Amino acid sequence: MSQILTMVAQRLALGLLTLIAVSLIIFLAVELLPGDLAEAILGQAALPDTVAAFRRELRLDLPPHERYFEWLGAMLQGDMGRSLANNREISELIGVRFGNTLFLAAYAAIIAVPLALFLGVLAALYRNSLYDRAINVVTLSSISSPEFFVAYILIAWLANSLGWFPSIANVNQDTDLLERLYRAALPAMTMTLVVVAHMMRMTRASIINLLASPYIEMANLKGLSRMRVIVHHALPNAWAPIINVIVLNLAFLIVGVVVVEVVFVYPGLGQLLIDSVSKRDIPVVQASCLIFAVTYILLNLTADVLSILTNPRLMHPK
Amino acid sequence: MDAIVKSLRKAPPTALFGMLVILFYVFLAIFAPVISPHGETEIVGDQFEPWGDAFWLGTDNLGRDMATRLIYGARNTIGIAFVTTCLAFAIGITMGFLASTLGGWVDQLASRVVDILMAIPSLIFGLLLLSIFGTSVLSLIIIIAVLDSTRVYRLSRAVSQGIVVMDYVEVSRLRGEGLWYIMRHEILPNAMAPLVAEFGLRFCFVFLFISALSFLGLGIQPPTADWGSMVRDNATLITFGDLTPLLPAASIALLTVGVNFVVDWFLHKSSGLRE
Amino acid sequence: MSMDQTAPEQREVLVEMRGLRIEGQSEDQWNEIVHGVDVTLRRGEVLGMIGESGAGKSTIGLASMAFARPGCRISGGTVTFDGMDLTAMPEAEKRKLRGTQIAYVAQSAAASFNPAHRLIDQYSEMPVQHGVLDRATAETDAVDLFRRLKLPEPETIGFRYPHQVSGGQLQRAMTAMAMSCKPDLIIFDEPTTALDVTTQIEVLAAIRDVVEQFDTAAIYIAHDLAVVAQMADRIMVLRHGNLVEEGDARAMLANPREEYTRQLLSVRSFRKAATGDAEQAPLLKVEGVTASYGSGPKVLDDVSVEIGHARTVAVVGESGSGKSTLARVITGLLPLSEGSVSYKGEVQPPRLKDRGRGHLQTMQMIYQMPDTALNPKQRIREIIGRPLSFYLGMTGAKREERTRELLSLIELEPDDYIDRLPGELSGGQKQRICIARALAAEPELIICDEVTSALDQLVAEEVLKLLQKLQDDLHVSYMFITHDLATVRAIADDVVVMLQGKVVESGPKDEVMTPPHHDYTELLLSSVPEMDPDWLTRVLETRQARG
Repeated sequence: MSQILTMVAQRLALGLLTLIAVSLIIFLAVELLPGDLAEAILGQAALPDTVAAFRRELRLDLPPHERYFEWLGAMLQGDMGRSLANNREISELIGVRFGNTLFLAAYAAIIAVPLALFLGVLAALYRNSLYDRAINVVTLSSISSPEFFVAYILIAWLANSLGWFPSIANVNQDTDLLERLYRAALPAMTMTLVVVAHMMRMTRASIINLLASPYIEMANLKGLSRMRVIVHHALPNAWAPIINVIVLNLAFLIVGVVVVEVVFVYPGLGQLLIDSVSKRDIPVVQASCLIFAVTYILLNLTADVLSILTNPRLMHPK
Repeated sequence: MDAIVKSLRKAPPTALFGMLVILFYVFLAIFAPVISPHGETEIVGDQFEPWGDAFWLGTDNLGRDMATRLIYGARNTIGIAFVTTCLAFAIGITMGFLASTLGGWVDQLASRVVDILMAIPSLIFGLLLLSIFGTSVLSLIIIIAVLDSTRVYRLSRAVSQGIVVMDYVEVSRLRGEGLWYIMRHEILPNAMAPLVAEFGLRFCFVFLFISALSFLGLGIQPPTADWGSMVRDNATLITFGDLTPLLPAASIALLTVGVNFVVDWFLHKSSGLRE
Repeated sequence: MSMDQTAPEQREVLVEMRGLRIEGQSEDQWNEIVHGVDVTLRRGEVLGMIGESGAGKSTIGLASMAFARPGCRISGGTVTFDGMDLTAMPEAEKRKLRGTQIAYVAQSAAASFNPAHRLIDQYSEMPVQHGVLDRATAETDAVDLFRRLKLPEPETIGFRYPHQVSGGQLQRAMTAMAMSCKPDLIIFDEPTTALDVTTQIEVLAAIRDVVEQFDTAAIYIAHDLAVVAQMADRIMVLRHGNLVEEGDARAMLANPREEYTRQLLSVRSFRKAATGDAEQAPLLKVEGVTASYGSGPKVLDDVSVEIGHARTVAVVGESGSGKSTLARVITGLLPLSEGSVSYKGEVQPPRLKDRGRGHLQTMQMIYQMPDTALNPKQRIREIIGRPLSFYLGMTGAKREERTRELLSLIELEPDDYIDRLPGELSGGQKQRICIARALAAEPELIICDEVTSALDQLVAEEVLKLLQKLQDDLHVSYMFITHDLATVRAIADDVVVMLQGKVVESGPKDEVMTPPHHDYTELLLSSVPEMDPDWLTRVLETRQARG
């Protein structure tokens, strides 16, 4: 038991270090700007006094390492500073939007994960059948298409042509759940299509790999029914690779959401990030990147820890 | 030569389709100035003219010929993606091979740096760096190449680690062969198959990534013709039922599908031969 | 070896395969790999199937269950089991037979047990799933079988997971599992090939006892005739998918009819004449060497070995003895922590990179697996030619000529082989190329690390003869690492016996191989199967008497 705990603890520690390193990178990236940040934002024509005041407000007068700890400390307490574009509290801006993004990601994930696993396992079991080959071509086309392509096709067909769903996903805090689900249906569908394709292919590959193991052959030679071989022998060993696949794709979902939010004008964190990048609203960019990165890292961490916990050899050491 | 012809004949229809697509696009990219009806940024008519004799695919939001923009888009997007992938590979393979042959602190350091770089999703990291360094073609190529080289590093390190433990590498070591000889003559020839396949896959990823960035307005900047930004600029047409903006998007998908089919076939062939 | 008093020829026929043809698939083409073989097996009889790799023994064994691995299919002939035609039977019916009436014991127990379930669960699975027994009875049976098979702690060993149990124990557990439904037939597919000699003898005894006690028919597949001789009533000799000879075990061993069978029987019977000068100062001297990997436990502990000029020193031991590690320390791949390695009186630096090219040239190494010892992308010309340029500075025509000379020396036709890639050669041919590569450097000492262990017996024989001839002509010394005592008897001048990192005994071959000697040497020597069918019984009785 202690071996597992040590491994999990090690992985958590590594995760923490990664989080710190990433926060450092996001912070330092700004330092690399040629010239001075305040001047770059206010422009060449700004008065020296204004620039000085601005620098003080952005804490640019402090040496970098002090500034980093102050920034980090503030972040952890929920104070992310103010947006340069509209001077609003960033934490307020981001809070709502991040919630929306999570909603969209969860919406897609709940449909995509079971569907992909089911299709993937079927494809592995009926390998090289017509079903398998057809699915291979379809999923390959799906993962090769840019998300905005899939999005616009859905808009052209389901929104404009058939009029079933709105082409713009307009949700706000007052929208109730059912209305939300309706308005966000197309963006969720887009993401589901792309993610299912990735996940299905990876699941299929892992299961095929697993089915080639000698102990699976042994189970067949013992005369066990097909169902029993799959459920009792293959599945317990499949958790680790499948969990890996799911989490990898969840992480991919978090990122893929950006393009989809832009196409459907969905008020999520991705859209905010894009807007801030074009407006060079650096504090917002930093905060958004940090949130995305932390979510991504936490998901990967969960995947690794779950892999450790489902490894039979580690569960029962010598 | 015979071996190549023989394997071509046995290739599945998907792979042949893929190769045709690739050849077609490469042709377009190279001969763009010669075959396009108009200049890349030339304004030749009114906004959003419909498909007709004068302009096969109509005009875009500024009145430029769509067909021309599509052809030049091939050249620009593919060209930049290709250069970026080559750069990513140069960095990734060198670091990967060095890490696996030298081992020790070189390996530890490089792997930790790569782990951290990969801990941030590439789109996010890319956006962060682009917002800081600007979106010139050069910064685009360098930023994406560095970000993508991390994946190439992981793969080439894994592949060469598998090769380095082979007895024939130990034979060279015992002989007293130098590092360069071992990397060039023992590791590289045996790593070609997975690396070539990965090149295809990475190219697709870089290509899609650049298109996505351009679509978001943060990649290749106007007036340079680029498929991603073309979709963005002309998106309003879709609301009117005109599917022209889907053409550049479909072109992106088609090339990626083609490359994927060829890579799939290549992987299937090379793993079969290995047994 | 059956307990039934009825003479074997009069018992009922259990399995009958007539004109069995099997095809294998490679790169979308189907080729016949078994060409019309007939097999008859009666109840309670043990049939030994022996042949080299590619003979088709495993495939035929599986066919008796009408089972073909992916990439294989039964293309012709009939398989009848207990009067039922298996080839015409639907899959569902066949599945009912498997486990209950026909069981299979695989070569690698470690890979064939599911790592996620306990041994007792995997044992009870067959009887419970097939409805033969209920869980409680199955578990009681398990303990009984574990006891008969002499597994330690039979009451509790079932609660362990496969990775918690040793290789030899797992093999016996797999045999117990196969017996769980008391099948009529068990197929043993090379069950002891992967085990050490001293473990093998226990497993062989266990299998033989249990098969006798339950009067089970068995097909025992192996590539070692001596092992099969202990277990089988009748033997079938197979080669390239064809039957070579078949008959009563004792009769065949005493009077083989076919040339091929005779060759298999006489393996390792050649003996070399002692060579070299035992008086001269030794070529290589290893003194008091201790080494370990990193900060781990010692893998070599105070080891001393001497290799004389033009002498063959065999270093023999089982897995974990440290014999391969010794080679790594001698070549400098693993630095020693104590002691010294001297060559012609000069102490060598412990690390490879500190040694000069001149010294590296004099010591060459040949490996166990020719597949991984040759760069698959290099042609033979380059493989043999590179050491010529690197060490001897040869180029152009001179290098080409010498390469061809070396190919002739290893008995391969230069014109045929010089342009080929390793993938086009057989195992024996590849190993010869490795020898040529070693010879190109014109060494004085060649370290042979289990060079014949991965080859078929007859091919290995030829390689050993070649090595001997080269020693006679070129006066090169060999350090021959092996676990196979028959090889030691054939080619060694001096013998070093190793156990768990220590040298247990060393000296000229005749001294070490005849008593009085160390207990472990005695154990090792007595565990090597001999062609005598009564050998196993004799050894067990002797050991039991000794207590």
